[in-house]
Amino acid sequence: MKAILKSEFWYRFSRNRLTVAGTILVILLFVVSFLAPWISPYDPGEINLRMVLSPPSGGHLLGTDQLGRDVLSRMIWGSRISLKVGFVATGIAILIGAVLGALAGYYGKWVDTIVMRFVDIMLCFPSFFLILAVIAFLEPSIWNIMIVIGLTSWMGITRLVRADFITLREREFVQAARAIGASDFRIIFIHVLPNAMASVLVAATLGVAGAILTESALSFLGIGVQPPTPSWGNILTAGKDNIDIAWWLSLYPGLAILITVLGFNLLGEGIRDSLDPRLRN
Amino acid sequence: MLRYITKRLIFMIPLLIGITIISFIVIHLAPGSPTDLQTEMNPRVSAEMKERIRAMYDLDKPLYQQYLSWLGKLVTLDLGNSFATDHRPVFDKILERIPVTIIINILSMILIIIVAIPMGVLSAVHQDSLFDKITGVFVFVGFAMPTFWLALLLMILFGIHLGWLPISGIRSLNYEYLAPGAAFIDLVKHLVLPVLLSAFGGLAGLSRYMRANMLEVIRQDYITTARAKGLSERVVIYKHALRNALLPVITILGLSVPGLIGGSVIFETIFAIPGMGQLFYMSAMSRDYPVIMGILFIGAVLTLIGNLIADVSYALADPRIRVA
Repeated sequence: MKAILKSEFWYRFSRNRLTVAGTILVILLFVVSFLAPWISPYDPGEINLRMVLSPPSGGHLLGTDQLGRDVLSRMIWGSRISLKVGFVATGIAILIGAVLGALAGYYGKWVDTIVMRFVDIMLCFPSFFLILAVIAFLEPSIWNIMIVIGLTSWMGITRLVRADFITLREREFVQAARAIGASDFRIIFIHVLPNAMASVLVAATLGVAGAILTESALSFLGIGVQPPTPSWGNILTAGKDNIDIAWWLSLYPGLAILITVLGFNLLGEGIRDSLDPRLRN
Repeated sequence: MLRYITKRLIFMIPLLIGITIISFIVIHLAPGSPTDLQTEMNPRVSAEMKERIRAMYDLDKPLYQQYLSWLGKLVTLDLGNSFATDHRPVFDKILERIPVTIIINILSMILIIIVAIPMGVLSAVHQDSLFDKITGVFVFVGFAMPTFWLALLLMILFGIHLGWLPISGIRSLNYEYLAPGAAFIDLVKHLVLPVLLSAFGGLAGLSRYMRANMLEVIRQDYITTARAKGLSERVVIYKHALRNALLPVITILGLSVPGLIGGSVIFETIFAIPGMGQLFYMSAMSRDYPVIMGILFIGAVLTLIGNLIADVSYALADPRIRVA
């Protein structure tokens, strides 16, 4: 039975060309960031003052920045930052969202009220304001950014998990588990939560895309990943500073962000459509 | 209806108190204090001096006392004074910055509505047509687009290469010497890019949502009935179907308010627009607690008002969900 479901999932998944394209993009990104030390043509931190702001050429395929560093190499290393932030921030969001959603959906009553009012409150903040407020007080570093993005993006997952728990908690297998004396903790995390993972997986894939976008925006504003560590966002800051002379500094890193986010979005939607075609819109 | 609105307004109060408590805790528990920036660079500042500055701002009192006194002043619409060197009332500072931000956001909201709704409807009515496929691609790219990057590209194209549009501020340097008509055109030229860009993000989302709604409505029995009565396709689509598909959009527009306000930080920083977002960015950088609190509070109020307006208009438009 399980094998059939699996193959059905795989059938739908592999038949959708957009999904396959998204998967390839994501895999490519992983390969590039994993191979960064071997494939980047220059050291990303290597300053060359005789080659400051030189346009794309045979020596520097995507040009150089204001310190003569190779843009292509910095972008290759920057992909590591984007992936790291995307996955860790989303991991934090899933952890919070799954636990709170599970508690709210399983126990209902006042637990549900408190958790859902908390979600309402968090949704009232223009989230970028909240992130900015916290980041500005902390030392801007990649770890702080991951944590803050994670702490401000768990609300959607909470709602999904809660909704799943409300329908699942009345099912026979939960009653059976209760009848043999399983503890609430065991029922929630061992029996019910795995059944709610499908919708979480989709939200998480889309969440990675969102976190990468937020990180790049923060780095662009100068409060994200700090130079000399290369990130796509902070190369764009240099692009803005040299907007009238160096278009290549603005063009390529943004393109990388766009393609990456597109890849994760396509993958997420593909997983959703393949898991349950009825969710398709 | 009036009772419903009153009830909603009363429910807003505990929500707002929750919001202010969370903002307060987040801001005050974060390491670093506003006095650091004023004293860190100055070797002559003694520890005792630092304490005196902290006492001046009431930062030495327990957190709950600081919060209660902040809340007490809020009742009289007093958000305290800024920690910046001008020490002006926060309320005034925000008030003079709000109009630009709200005008840009309302204009981009209007732009979103007049572009996204026809786009969504047309691609639903002509499902799988070329138009539908093109908008589909646009929507996917739109979701993934870092809008600040698009801003940079448009600045390079229209501002630098073509020289059609200014790329910073909301007024030219010679603004005061321009005739009223020319001054207005000057303002419009400055607003084109910011409005366009802040609308861009919402455009993709709303048009896709509109398409999904329309597709669902078209399959309903009452549409088949309308067709069976012999009504023309135009009347069926644009009168019977469109009205029903439009309803949920109202809610989505209400929910998009926090996103628009949050986005204003990025656009106002890129285009050097003196609005609330830019003020927030500068205050966050200089750890100006009262201004940060004030803007978080007002942002939340605007969000709640947006949601309320959305719910009320939904109830006005749809008799089925009118709340007693």
